[in-house]
Amino acid sequence: MGVEKETVEVAPDIRHIPGTPAFITPVDKLINWARTGSLWPMTFGLACCAIEMMATGASHHDLDRFGIIFRASPRQADVLIVAGTVTKKMAPIVRRVYDQMPEPRYVIAMGSCACSGGVFRTYSTVQGCDEFLPVDVYIPGCPPRPEALIYGLMKLQEKIRREAGHWGFWR
Amino acid sequence: MAPTVEVVQKQCGHPEWEEPFVVNMGPQHPSTHGVLRLYLELDGENVVKCDPRIGYLHRGVEKLSENMTYTQAMILTDRLDYISSAANNVGYCLAVEKLLGLEVPRRARLLRTIVCEMARISSHLLWLATHALDIGAMTVFLYCFRDREWLLDIYEKICGARLTVSYPRVGGVRLDFTSEIIDELYKFTEEFPSRILDYETLIDVNRIWLKRTKGIAVISAEKAVNLGLTGPSLRGSGVPYDVRKFKPYDAYDEVEFEVPVGKIGDTYDRYRVRMEELRQANRIIRQCLDKLSETEGEPVVAEEAPDLLMPEKKKTPQAVPHPKKGFLVKGAEVPVVPEGEVYVSIEAPKGELGYYIVSDGSGKPWRVRVRAPSFVHISSIPELIKGHMVADLIAVIGTLDVVLGECDR
Repeated sequence: MGVEKETVEVAPDIRHIPGTPAFITPVDKLINWARTGSLWPMTFGLACCAIEMMATGASHHDLDRFGIIFRASPRQADVLIVAGTVTKKMAPIVRRVYDQMPEPRYVIAMGSCACSGGVFRTYSTVQGCDEFLPVDVYIPGCPPRPEALIYGLMKLQEKIRREAGHWGFWR
Repeated sequence: MAPTVEVVQKQCGHPEWEEPFVVNMGPQHPSTHGVLRLYLELDGENVVKCDPRIGYLHRGVEKLSENMTYTQAMILTDRLDYISSAANNVGYCLAVEKLLGLEVPRRARLLRTIVCEMARISSHLLWLATHALDIGAMTVFLYCFRDREWLLDIYEKICGARLTVSYPRVGGVRLDFTSEIIDELYKFTEEFPSRILDYETLIDVNRIWLKRTKGIAVISAEKAVNLGLTGPSLRGSGVPYDVRKFKPYDAYDEVEFEVPVGKIGDTYDRYRVRMEELRQANRIIRQCLDKLSETEGEPVVAEEAPDLLMPEKKKTPQAVPHPKKGFLVKGAEVPVVPEGEVYVSIEAPKGELGYYIVSDGSGKPWRVRVRAPSFVHISSIPELIKGHMVADLIAVIGTLDVVLGECDR
C-alpha cells in the first residue's frame, strides 16, 4: 500500500527503498533481465550462414559482449540459430536438437534458406524452417551480415523483455 | 545381489558383448565442419571402422541450374564452396566461356586471379582457425578471423557482398577495381606476411599442436593419387600437382609462384603446405596488382559477352525467338550457347574443382556436373583413420578441409 510513497523509482519498474541496499521489482522483470543477458546459442552450423555466424562470434564482431557464448550441447543452450539450408534429410535432426533443449527456448531463422527456402526451391530442401519449428526471429539475407545477426539477437532480447508470467512452464 | 552377478555373467557370454561399439559422429557435431555424419565402430578408443554418410546438405544445385540461364546459374556456384565463392564462380565462368568461345580481356583475367587468390587466403585462414580450434588452440581462431574480416571488407568494396560474391561474370568481371580497393589490397599484401608469422609463432612451438598433427593420418604419394586427392591434401604427400601450373587459366601463366610440397604426408605436412600457400597467394596478388597499372582503362568484360546488367522486368513471360543474338526469357535476352560439352577444372583452395557442362544449344544448360574436391576427400577418411583413435578423427576431418555444401551439392 505504501510502497509507492516510501520508495523512489530509479528506473522503470525498479524502486529503491531509501536507507537500505534493497530494490523492489517484479519477478518477471528480474528473470527476463537475467535471460536477456545470457542467451547461449547452440553451436549448430548447417551451411553458408554458419560461416557468418562464426564471424559474428569471433574477434571482430564479438558476441561475448552480449553475454552470448556458443554452447555445443543442446542441453545447456537457450537459442537455436538455424544457420543455413535445412534439407529434408536434416530436418528431423534439427527438430531433435530443438526438442533436447530445455525451456524456455527460442529459435532464430538465419538467412533466406532458413526463412523461406531461399533460392533452393528444389525437391530436397525444406521451404523455411518454420515448417517444423516455432521461429521467433527471422533474419533475411544470403547470408545475413554479422550486424544483421546481432540485430536479430537484440530483437530477440526485446521480445524476451516483454514476456510476462512465463517463468515457469512455457510453450 | 545374486541376480546382478548372474546378469553380468550372462552379458559376458552374450555375442552382442563382443561386438564393436557403434557411435554416430554427427551430423550435429561442432567439429565435423557442417553436417557430415560418420558411422563409427569402436574398439575402446580405437576406430575399427569408419563410414562417412553424406547428403545432409543436398540442395539439388545441379538440377536447379538446369532450369536457369547460364548467367543466372552462376549465383548457385557461390553456395557450393561457400568459403571461397570467388574461385567457384571463376570455374563456372571459364566453363561457359569455353562453350561460347569467348576471349576474356587481360584486365579481367588479372582481376579474377586477384579475387581467386583472396578466396584462397580467406579459405585457408578459416581452415586454420577451425582446425586449430578443433585441436584445442582457441587463440588462433580469433587471430585468423581478425585478418579474414579485413579480406571480407575488401570483398565488400569490390562487389558489395562479403561471402557470396558473384563477382566474376561470363566474359569478364562485374566491375573494375577502384583506386581505393587497389590501395587497400597493397596495404593488405604488405601487412599479411607478418600476420602469417603471428599464427606460426602461436602454434609451431605448441607441443599439443605438434603431438596431435605429426605422424597423424600419414598417406603416401601413391595412395593419395589413387584415392583421387587433390589440392593441398595431395601436395602434402609430395606430389607437386597444381592445376594453376599444369593447365594455367586466367593470369596464372603470367605470374611467378611456387608450388609447396610436403615430405611424408601427415597432418603437419599439410598444415605447412597450406601456410606456404598463404604466402604464395599473397605473392600472386602482389604481382597481379603491379600488372594492373599496365592495363589501366581497358575493358573488364568481353565485347560479345552476354549482358551483365540485370534485365528490366517486362511482362513477357514466354520465350520469344530473337532475330540476332539470342531469345528472350522473362524479358531478358539470353544468348544461345552452341551445342557441345565442356569440362574445365581449376585449382580451388580445397583441391581440383571441375565443371562439366552439356549444352543442347538453348539458353539453359542441359546438364551441369560439379567435380567437387570435398566429395573425393571425404571418401578418403576411412583410409586415413586406419589405426588411429577417435580424437584423431577430428584432426583428419580438419586436415582434409572438407566443405559439405560442395560435397553434397
